[in-house]
Amino acid sequence: MTGELGRILAGRVGALVPVLLGVTVLVWAMSALALGDPARASMGQRADPAAVERIRRELELDRPAPVRYVRWVGRLVRGDLGRSLRDRRPVTAVIAERLPATVRLALAATLVSIAVGVPVGVVAAARRRSLLDHALMAGAVLGISTPVFWLGMMLSLVFAVWLGWLPVSGYGGGGWRHLVLPALTLGALHTGVVARMTRASLLEVARQEFLQTARAKGLSELTVVMKHAFRNAAIPVVTVIGLGLANLLVGAPLTETVFAWPGLGRLLVVSVDQRDVPVAMGVVLVFALVYVLGSLLVDLVYLAVDPRTRHAAAR
Amino acid sequence: MPPPGSRVHRGLVAGAALLAVFTLAAVLAPWLAPHDPLAVADASTPVALQPPSARHPLGTDALGRDILARVLFGGRVSLAVGVGVELVVVALGSVIGLLAGYYGGGLDATLMRVTDVVMAFPSLVLAIGLIAVFEAPGLANVFVVLILLGWTTIARVVRGTVLTLKSLDYVQAARAIGARDRTILLRHVLPNALGPLLVAATLGVGGNMVAEAGLSFLGLGSQPPTISWGAMLADGQSDLMTAPWAAVFPGLALLLAVLGVNLVGDGLRDQLDPRTGGER
Repeated sequence: MTGELGRILAGRVGALVPVLLGVTVLVWAMSALALGDPARASMGQRADPAAVERIRRELELDRPAPVRYVRWVGRLVRGDLGRSLRDRRPVTAVIAERLPATVRLALAATLVSIAVGVPVGVVAAARRRSLLDHALMAGAVLGISTPVFWLGMMLSLVFAVWLGWLPVSGYGGGGWRHLVLPALTLGALHTGVVARMTRASLLEVARQEFLQTARAKGLSELTVVMKHAFRNAAIPVVTVIGLGLANLLVGAPLTETVFAWPGLGRLLVVSVDQRDVPVAMGVVLVFALVYVLGSLLVDLVYLAVDPRTRHAAAR
Repeated sequence: MPPPGSRVHRGLVAGAALLAVFTLAAVLAPWLAPHDPLAVADASTPVALQPPSARHPLGTDALGRDILARVLFGGRVSLAVGVGVELVVVALGSVIGLLAGYYGGGLDATLMRVTDVVMAFPSLVLAIGLIAVFEAPGLANVFVVLILLGWTTIARVVRGTVLTLKSLDYVQAARAIGARDRTILLRHVLPNALGPLLVAATLGVGGNMVAEAGLSFLGLGSQPPTISWGAMLADGQSDLMTAPWAAVFPGLALLLAVLGVNLVGDGLRDQLDPRTGGER
């Protein structure tokens, strides 16, 4: 059994190699295309030719593409993403400075989506086809359809401008009051997804015979749902929560822009706007790596929790 | 499709109604709009940031432009991007998906590797990265980027359906009597892949609309004078405290339009998939 599991693990990790290769090729190509002639761009039209030549050599633009790619990956592996065109600081330092704010926001948003989404899904499933179920599921679709940046503005309008309970925007030195609105905003989309998934998996499990037995014993519907159905329905829900990382990363540039949150998403938008290509592509790469490793982690949890997937994976 | 006599899916009807309203509004925008959407403060629009009134039902923005007119014209851009991008995406994605699913081999392997790579990025992040490749921002870039990102989903959906279909008896029978590959693909395989394709394409339209608005909101999409709900929201945010209507209405329009698309997509899925269809 352990041997089999080890083989599956190796397979999953091995499957990442072509993906990571593709990701780096794509980011490198985008970066090369976006840079065009960065030497001239950063120095201006009347630049000293010697200075332009120096930057060109520094960026190795005089070498053939495959060589540049291999050397770029070589530096990448050593943690060197180049320097910002704007202030010449190492890209890794700029990213490291912004990362904690995004991680904080993503964790808080995940918490929101679980704390709200799972109970909503459970209640909807227990009261299936009731008015409450329809209302909750309509709310979930609404949450999924609401553009995250507009929701952010509306929450900020109500709770910050009108009611004055919370700050309009900013990081506030890391205080929780500044975190509430961005986390609610970023979590909203995923809350709807979690609620729908929870309800759907509970209903799927509800058709199984052991629940009929539980009902036949005279247990209340809520007990049946909580004690018998929920445990079995948890696996797909866990997956969806894990994959929610994707939704959260997608929403980060927008949410962080609305709330002037000093995270990676905002950094990405600003650096694209300022044509600071090394920083922009560094952030894109970090997002992709987090995303890829996140799905791998979900896969592994899935394998550990549900023995059935091991057989499926082994085939 | 529902068997005769069964109840019509409520979400599907509501979504279709919403979409019909938005499509009509977009088509008839020049006749419905009470003012020129680009006209800045002049004799007819005296003051900027006016609250909703009989003259300006949704108020005016920071330049004194009529928000109702801008919401109506913004709908044209949103729907055009949503549907226009998806038409190209469906054409491209289904051809690639059909060929990869039916012939397998190197083409299939390449397709799967490429989609793996595209899916390894959060979509908006990759979209922003691709936008950075272009010299100047604009709606045309958004079109190109959304097509580059969108075809992979459709190709995977079609490929998956083709893989199940091609082992079925009637396809085998068609091949046995000597039908040409093209005939088999177009007459026997594609029509049966239409259901999942339709669902994915509908949801794709909503995704395109949200992506366009998001990119324009970030200042990386459409540029003035093109009217986009996303760009209107960006303008509206700076006056959120004094003139909330400038941000409320374009966002509401985007929300309702995307909700319409998502309801239709979900409804179609329920109707086409008997397993989830019974649950409603």
